[in-house]
Amino acid sequence: MNDNTPVLSIRGLTLALPQGADRDYAVEDVSYDVARGEIMCVVGESGSGKSMAANAVMGLLPKGVRPTAGEVLFDGQDLLTLSEKQHRQLRGLRIGMIFQEPMTALNPLMRVGAQIAEVFEAHGKYSGSERQEKALALLEEVGIPQPERAIRAYPFQLSGGQRQRVMIAMALALEPELLIADEPTTALDVTTQAQILELIRDLQKRRGMAVMFITHDFGVVAEVATRVCVMRFGQIVELGMADEVLDNPRHDYTRALLEAIPSNRVPEARGGERPAPLLEVRNLNKVFRSRGGLFKPAREVRALDDVSFTLAPGETVGIVGESGSGKSTLGRCVVRLERPDSGTLALAGTDFSALRGDVLRRERHRVQMIFQDPYASLNPRHRVGYAIAQGPMANGVPKDKAMRQAEELLELVGLGAVAVDRFPHEFSGGQRQRIGIARALALNPELIVADEAVSALDVSIQAQVLELLEELKQKLSLSLLFITHDLRVAAQICDTIIVMQQGRIVEQGTAQEVFLNPREAYTRQLLDAIPGRAHEAAMA
Amino acid sequence: MSFFARFAQNRGALVGLVILLAIVLMAILAPLLYPESPWRMVQRPFLAPLEAEGFWLGTDTMGRDVAAGLMHGAWVSLLIGLISTSVALLIGVPLGAVAGYYGGLIDDALMRFTEFFQTIPNFALAIVLVAIMQPSVASIVLAIAIVSWPPVARLVRAEFMSLRHREYVEAARLVGQTNRTIILKQILPNTLSPIIVLASLMVATAILLESALSFLGLGDPNVMSWGYMIGAARTVIRQAWWLSFFPGVAILLTVLALNLVGEGLDDALNPKLARERS
Amino acid sequence: MLYARLFVMRLLKAVVVLFLIVIFNFILIQLAPGDPAAIMAGEAGATDEEFLRQLRERFGLDQPMYVQLWRYVSGIATLDFGWSYRQGMPVLDLILERLPATLLLTGTAFVLSLALGIVLGSMAAARVKKPSGSLIMALALIFYATPLFWVALMAVVLFSVFLGWLPAYGMYTVGAGHTGFALALDVAKHLILPATTLALFFMAIYTRMTRASMLEASQQDYVKTARAKGLAPRVIQRRHVLRNALLPIITLAGLQAGQMVGGAILTETVFAWPGIGRLMFEALQQRDYNLLLGIFFFSAALVIVFNIITDLVYRLADPRIKEAS
Repeated sequence: MNDNTPVLSIRGLTLALPQGADRDYAVEDVSYDVARGEIMCVVGESGSGKSMAANAVMGLLPKGVRPTAGEVLFDGQDLLTLSEKQHRQLRGLRIGMIFQEPMTALNPLMRVGAQIAEVFEAHGKYSGSERQEKALALLEEVGIPQPERAIRAYPFQLSGGQRQRVMIAMALALEPELLIADEPTTALDVTTQAQILELIRDLQKRRGMAVMFITHDFGVVAEVATRVCVMRFGQIVELGMADEVLDNPRHDYTRALLEAIPSNRVPEARGGERPAPLLEVRNLNKVFRSRGGLFKPAREVRALDDVSFTLAPGETVGIVGESGSGKSTLGRCVVRLERPDSGTLALAGTDFSALRGDVLRRERHRVQMIFQDPYASLNPRHRVGYAIAQGPMANGVPKDKAMRQAEELLELVGLGAVAVDRFPHEFSGGQRQRIGIARALALNPELIVADEAVSALDVSIQAQVLELLEELKQKLSLSLLFITHDLRVAAQICDTIIVMQQGRIVEQGTAQEVFLNPREAYTRQLLDAIPGRAHEAAMA
Repeated sequence: MSFFARFAQNRGALVGLVILLAIVLMAILAPLLYPESPWRMVQRPFLAPLEAEGFWLGTDTMGRDVAAGLMHGAWVSLLIGLISTSVALLIGVPLGAVAGYYGGLIDDALMRFTEFFQTIPNFALAIVLVAIMQPSVASIVLAIAIVSWPPVARLVRAEFMSLRHREYVEAARLVGQTNRTIILKQILPNTLSPIIVLASLMVATAILLESALSFLGLGDPNVMSWGYMIGAARTVIRQAWWLSFFPGVAILLTVLALNLVGEGLDDALNPKLARERS
Repeated sequence: MLYARLFVMRLLKAVVVLFLIVIFNFILIQLAPGDPAAIMAGEAGATDEEFLRQLRERFGLDQPMYVQLWRYVSGIATLDFGWSYRQGMPVLDLILERLPATLLLTGTAFVLSLALGIVLGSMAAARVKKPSGSLIMALALIFYATPLFWVALMAVVLFSVFLGWLPAYGMYTVGAGHTGFALALDVAKHLILPATTLALFFMAIYTRMTRASMLEASQQDYVKTARAKGLAPRVIQRRHVLRNALLPIITLAGLQAGQMVGGAILTETVFAWPGIGRLMFEALQQRDYNLLLGIFFFSAALVIVFNIITDLVYRLADPRIKEAS
């Protein structure tokens, strides 16, 4: 199938960033080919410049970024020398592209059919009614349920996965020779991701096009790639056939990235008797009602449906589920950012769910939270030391003592006491997450809830933060409620795993049981959808 | 980059700042250069500009010195603009903060209240208020404040609503900070820059409103203001257009300067937005 | 069906707001310094003690407050806005007589300002960092800072006094006796100056808003998608950027309705345009509070009607709202 004539050939491409950026070049001396019938995966962490070459191919470089050397050959033509008008004639016709955010990539005011028909219109193909017919056929091909209805739908009426299918339909409308997919599954749930990957692989085979697939996820690479190009700081680190790179990475960076991916290995369960539970959740219910306006019927979402579980002192319980499973609501009820409708939350005997007002405020120090977004979890106007000391100060600790404590905590999470006087914007995402952990520890809580605490981080940083949490767990015998969408992360750090779906607990058991011998179909489905799992299983 | 450097990058804002300083200077110098009341008749009426020495802008229908009126008017315009904006902020900021932070029924009630004031035509309400309270600096300030607080409340509410679920605010709740502390220390400081920008634009609008009220004869009868000067000269516009012309230019320049400074502040306080806009 | 329901709900809301304004008016009368009877009669009548006593009796001012409120509210509910002693006519008749002129003026100015504002704003958005774009924005900034009544006066000086092109006062040539098309032409000629000066300020607002909104919309992901399809920039601007950018402008236009009515007071005053704005100025000069409050009520009602219209337009323009309802 690989006929070895590259559809796209990037030669020594160098793209300069505007002055004042944190480095001079977005990409530097980058060369690779994409051939007919192959999926070329460009992998890298954020800031690696992995999407830049694709933008140059499309002629959609961000303002201020300009090519200074090299060429981008497509069908023998250097795309860098094309005028905007010539470039436009290639886009959509011979090169198609899909983007990361299906929620915002479609015009909210236009029907889906009209947006697909625009591709034909842009290149003067077919008449009006033919365009609609073609659009319908495309929607069928990309597997949208009820295509006759979908063609008349507005984007907001479709789910994220369906919108991404619409994007794919548009990109493929004129049967381009090259498809560029820029993180097309990153914003999707793991089961939807699996379906979209399947679709792209399938369409690629059927049409024999060349695909340039940009991703940060080696799991996804293992799933779809023919060849792989690993990028870091704008340069190519490693380039080769997918199997070779995945199985025998030659470069340290690739190896580090691969190792950082949470693996199938599950730590041994700790034996011994279970002590009396620290947290006992009984029959917790929570319903969200969107208040109906004058013309909106009130909508109800059952976020928690009769949820019960226990957490022993020193134990880490993982709550796993896709978006909309109620896992975050559960965490927010436990820390009492939300009030459950019914049920009890007993924390070492006190019913936390019954507390209100000032009583609740004074008890809050017992349960703390590590948040998801390292950029939103620190007040940009407060120095780091103050951010950590605020908690103890609100609970009556004198300021200088609280500040000394903050210094110690910053040492503990590996940032050093000098960090106290700095502002959050001086730190990277991973460092901020460490600050968030220090803040949660400052009140010596009995229980810590970590809500997707590593999800926003690059994979190598993710590994470091998980390591820190593991270390702190040992040192301080923390009790942890660990909420995540990623079963593999949960399996690494948790003793017990609870799988949730649509507000209900589907399965719970030790990490080993759930991960290696799932009892429920949904858990298996989740596990199967993890990209790259088959590849890893084959290696083991 | 420092605050002023970012501000100065906006050329228009610098020009605005210079004009504004000149007008402030005018207001300060007015009692020194023209110590006598601007209402006093000093020459024969309808003196054209530059016609008589010492009266470079001429005299009005009653023989009052136009230049003196202009200088004293600067003081009144700035004063009323600043005070009424402060009063509007004092009404709007707490209201918007409480509505946005607590949400629910409190928010509903406060927002219906705000909407009500937004539905009533601004200028008509100001006219009615001043007419019924009788024209005075106090009633004008109050009327302008009453018609200009709703946008403040809406802005502050929107900011509070987007910030109250920010993770750092939730973290503050979790460590046991009181609502008061959270509102004052966590959220309010982060809403200051849009409030400052809005306030600078509000001063401009207040000056326009004041001049319009005075133009209709609703000015404080004891203070000389630009709007009054234009209104008083309206009927003689065919004979002496300059009597209306110069005070109008003064209003235009002041309001323009304030708007320019407001845009500069916006650029300086929200550097990210500024870059996208250019 | 949906629209009918929506319409009914909006009307109910409008009734509530108007009711509140009536109460507000009542409170204002109570707050005013001096005798409410004197206020109702207009200050000149205030010296005649016997007349005031009759008035108090007639308006029930000797009754307890709640009775007075009830009488006042039910009076307005039956469209009785009281009597203008200064003009010797019922307030309602005075207002209704003047209303069409105001509707003509504000309607024309509204359409003019919106159309020009959107065109200029789109042009400025497409010419960011070019001299022509900067020129449009500079003009918008200047018009935004110019007092309406002053522009009106200067327009009179320039176009009527010096150039003599256009009539400066009134709505038609008095005594010319035009009818039919000649009358329409005459009114149109008289309309040009007031409508244009009123429109300038609002045009400046819409220009600035359109530009900002279009620049914002052009940063959105769907515009990148449209470019990836190979669409021509012109089509992208019109179909994707402008359409999305218009939504906030519709909202803004609704909010500006009140300002437009306020502007009409000033414009009508300068041009002696026989609308309710001019009437308000006359009421002010004569301290005719009954008339003043009546006009205030009507101008609020006008704004509400206008808000309902923009609400319906918004719902037509944004499919998300239609579906959610």
